[in-house]
Amino acid sequence: MDLQTITYIIVGATFALYIGIAIWARAATTGEFYVAGKGVHPVANGMATAADWMSAASFISMAGLIAFKGYDASVYLMGWTGGYVLLALLLAPYLRKFGKFTVPEFIGDRYYSQIARLVAVVCLIVASITYVIGQMKGVGVAFGRFLEVPFETGVVVGMAIVFIYAVLGGMKGITYTQIAQYVVLIFAYTIPAIFISLQLTGNPLPQLGLGSEMTGSGTMLLDKLDMIVQDLGFAAYTVQNGTTLNLFLLTLSLMIGTAGLPHVIIRFFTVPKVRNARTSAGWALVFIAILYTTAPAVGAMARLNLIDTVLLDAESDPPTYIEIAEVPDWMTRWETTGLLQWEDKNGDGQLQYYNDANPEFAEKAASYGWEGNELTNIDRDIMVLANPEIAKLPNWVIALVAAGGLAAALSTAAGLLLAISSAISHDLLKGVFMPRISEKAELMAGRIAMAGAIVVAGLLGINPPGFAAQVVALAFGLAASSIFPALMMGIFYKRANSLGAIFGMLSGLTATLVYIFWFKGWLFIPGTEMMANTPENWFLGISPEAFGAVGALINFVVAFVVAKLTAPPPQHIQHLVEDIRVPGGAGQPTGH
Amino acid sequence: MTPNNSRAGYWKANLTLLAVLLVIWFVVSFGLGILLVEPMNTISLGGYKLGFWFAQQGSIYTFIALIFVYAFLMNRLDKRYDVHED
Repeated sequence: MDLQTITYIIVGATFALYIGIAIWARAATTGEFYVAGKGVHPVANGMATAADWMSAASFISMAGLIAFKGYDASVYLMGWTGGYVLLALLLAPYLRKFGKFTVPEFIGDRYYSQIARLVAVVCLIVASITYVIGQMKGVGVAFGRFLEVPFETGVVVGMAIVFIYAVLGGMKGITYTQIAQYVVLIFAYTIPAIFISLQLTGNPLPQLGLGSEMTGSGTMLLDKLDMIVQDLGFAAYTVQNGTTLNLFLLTLSLMIGTAGLPHVIIRFFTVPKVRNARTSAGWALVFIAILYTTAPAVGAMARLNLIDTVLLDAESDPPTYIEIAEVPDWMTRWETTGLLQWEDKNGDGQLQYYNDANPEFAEKAASYGWEGNELTNIDRDIMVLANPEIAKLPNWVIALVAAGGLAAALSTAAGLLLAISSAISHDLLKGVFMPRISEKAELMAGRIAMAGAIVVAGLLGINPPGFAAQVVALAFGLAASSIFPALMMGIFYKRANSLGAIFGMLSGLTATLVYIFWFKGWLFIPGTEMMANTPENWFLGISPEAFGAVGALINFVVAFVVAKLTAPPPQHIQHLVEDIRVPGGAGQPTGH
Repeated sequence: MTPNNSRAGYWKANLTLLAVLLVIWFVVSFGLGILLVEPMNTISLGGYKLGFWFAQQGSIYTFIALIFVYAFLMNRLDKRYDVHED
């Protein structure tokens, strides 16, 4: 059977499974629409949270960034896991004790202010939409390859499927579906990694394979990779290239963003008990870590295999590259999507891949008669999906990876859309503007909000402001600078008051958003940026992705100073804060 | 058993535990993985440089351990101060 047919069968079968589960567990009441039933076991909840959490950024994009950035991409690995420690220690148990449905509800009650709740809704929507843009980029890549159509068409197909899928079920449907999606995506990620690790090192565990010797060469895999990329004029793989300040702030931004993202927090509102909230975060991280500790091996091995495909003989002088007429099928298939491109600049029939931006390497390249890097475009986001093809693995593995990538993107997009729709229908309409709205109308408004969010995110996703993981990193910066400080101060600083929270959230969000738009274009529209997005232009060398940590600091300082200068919160709020600090007497979550 | 019912005492014990765990959290990621990565990289762990290993593997394993240790110690603290749920 050919690859196309197998892919259709596997992707089709997994979709049928998800949609079947969604219909079977269809949400009937608003309560079920927003939160899963209380019968969900902590381990199952951890698995669903992991699927919710690991998006196209983790599955499709991250290992590709690792492949090309090496050590510097560690920020994604540490940032997107370390945030769970903050979530488990600083937020989850207290938010569970508080017992509401949504993040804006907590902020509105804790800061005794409808305005604070409105500001939280705005922060939540800005961060979540940015996050969905990143998913759309990933979905576009996956569908583009799978249907063999241009990337833009892939995004449009993805929009339609996400829409059908997210509108069908609420949280309850999504929880069970997400467990199925976790299983699909984790097999899809680890099976090719095991195969490739075996091929290259003989060790079936990718986590150990990455630290082992290459079969038959006597050299350590990472040493070999360092050597070969430097031979082509690239920076060494295992050493730092970016500035320490930027790496530090980007990691911090991703960590606190993790603890401030509404679709993840929402899961801890609804576990049965406070002590389940503590362990649920741990289980979620166990399931996430299976992918995250595999990703470094996937990235490094993909880079090795890619170079091995195009560079036939590194020892000869000049090195021999593959003949363009003989490039493998996977390269021509990816060329269709426009995400992989090459050009025979010097007309010698071979495909020279090297770093033509390295001035020290230019002389050597000129002496070989090379006229520039001929592998002109390798979109980082194709690496994970192309990886099994590059390693010549069986067709069913390639098809499985496509299904896994789609599962990751869909599960997260659905969770985020649910957070957006609950913010609009529950917090905005029912909570502030139309308290008398019926349950049915509230559900309908939620679905319309989802549809609107998909259209906006899809349109912006066609011209994404970066690779999927970078777009998602921007979303984390926005969540870090706006929501996390308000939540944390609400629990740990009794004196935090409504004015402080409102000004804190607004200043953190505005500072971060303006900094991002300054370098990425207003509303991410290409051509509207105020300055080129290069390290020389950045403030203190801080990239837009890393600025969320600075925004969070601004938020904390403003909230603290304003709270000091204005009246303390009323007595009953101070009692409320004391009450959420102890687990005893936690009731069921209520939303009304 | 003589439960200490002071909520202030419970909160203080909680904050102390948080401080200890967050110091470890900071050291394995920002410390060994970023700030001290170069000196750490002079040590090898199999085919890994140690700083690189902490940044891409070791910090993640530590994070998992931290959360479960926290959950275990907090549950014990809840009982000691008699503020547990049931």
